Amino acid sequence: MQDLRPILEALIFVSDTPVPFQRLRDLLPEWDEGVIQESLNSLVEDYRSREGGLYIAEVSGGYQIRTRESVREWVRRFRKERPFTLSRAALETLAIIAYRQPVVKAEVDVIRGVDSSGTLRNLLEKNLVRVAGRKDVPGKPIIYATTARFLELFHLRDLSELPTLRDWKDMTAP
Amino acid sequence: MTGYEIRLNIFEGPLDLLLYLIRKNEVDIYDIPIAVITEQYFQHLDRMSTLNLDIASDYLVMASTLLHIKSRMLLPVHETGENGEAEEDPRMDLARQLLEYETFKKAALAMDTMPVLHRDVFPRGTSPIVEPAPERELVREITVFELVEAFRDVLGRWKEGDGMEVNRETLSVTDRIQEILELLNRKGSFTFKELLENAQDRTRVIYTFLALLELIKLRIVKAFQAGPYETIRIRPGVSHAGSQTHS
Repeated sequence: MQDLRPILEALIFVSDTPVPFQRLRDLLPEWDEGVIQESLNSLVEDYRSREGGLYIAEVSGGYQIRTRESVREWVRRFRKERPFTLSRAALETLAIIAYRQPVVKAEVDVIRGVDSSGTLRNLLEKNLVRVAGRKDVPGKPIIYATTARFLELFHLRDLSELPTLRDWKDMTAP
Repeated sequence: MTGYEIRLNIFEGPLDLLLYLIRKNEVDIYDIPIAVITEQYFQHLDRMSTLNLDIASDYLVMASTLLHIKSRMLLPVHETGENGEAEEDPRMDLARQLLEYETFKKAALAMDTMPVLHRDVFPRGTSPIVEPAPERELVREITVFELVEAFRDVLGRWKEGDGMEVNRETLSVTDRIQEILELLNRKGSFTFKELLENAQDRTRVIYTFLALLELIKLRIVKAFQAGPYETIRIRPGVSHAGSQTHS
């Protein structure tokens, strides 16, 4: 059987967004699901052991080729953009929503001890947070949740990969 | 001014300030010396107002909570409460709130150490740093404060006179509102500078600005900016093509 890795690598390369496993499976009906998964793992490992400027990130339910953190200085130089940043207020609000979702603004405000309207609007605009509906209580407050974009930006495969609040200190970059 | 005071505006709110005081005094969060902490809290509020920092109402709410706890601490402690149960330490609610806030504060700081996309690691291609939410533009709405800042700029550059004949017109904000709306109808949108540059004298500039503020307050128009120091643009406040459709 043909080596799947070149095909997978090409498919991941041409995509603008992380490629979900499901999508790869649909594109490659000739191959067994197990074979695809094995080849993927092997491809990810190839990148890791090669120690080049790229790696394959498993984020937001898909696979994406990215530049390594170790070369970020030069990539930034090339991109000439201001790197993506969030204010402390935005990070706090985002953390609360990520862990407590689905959550209403009032709960976020109570935990932070300040009004979060502006910060929330900012997160909505950046597409890190979304409106997930309305709570069935008087006033029908809006329920907020995080987006797939949030997972993509913060290097998370899915929400279950969010470390428990105590674990944060032990996190290390790939 | 000392560096210590400059630290003030980095507090994210009353809880953040309290946590800072507790850590600075190295006291137990479950056994907060309420008198000491309250005093220091008020000292900080004082400094903040001397520095002309806006003290958000949230800080005042916390101030009253602290005073309330302080007063309850002065009351004699009964062995049992009204329900026959031991009365809880009045500081416990605050301690729990502080601990919960601290947990998320740590989580937020830790999230920031992740290999963040478009900051530490990059995907292929040259897509913008932040993809706009669907149906949204990359411009952000600006606050009244930024608008006032821009207005000050215009006034600062204003050269009165130049030997020009001055007609004292009778001006009203209502007229100026009408004019702005007409301009908006005609052009769809216009820049802040454009709006003020055809005003011939200082009074007119001021009236125009007041009219603009009024329109923003009424949400008839909105002010946008692509980034700090970029051109400020005025647009109709209501966008008709369902801009609330992101899910």
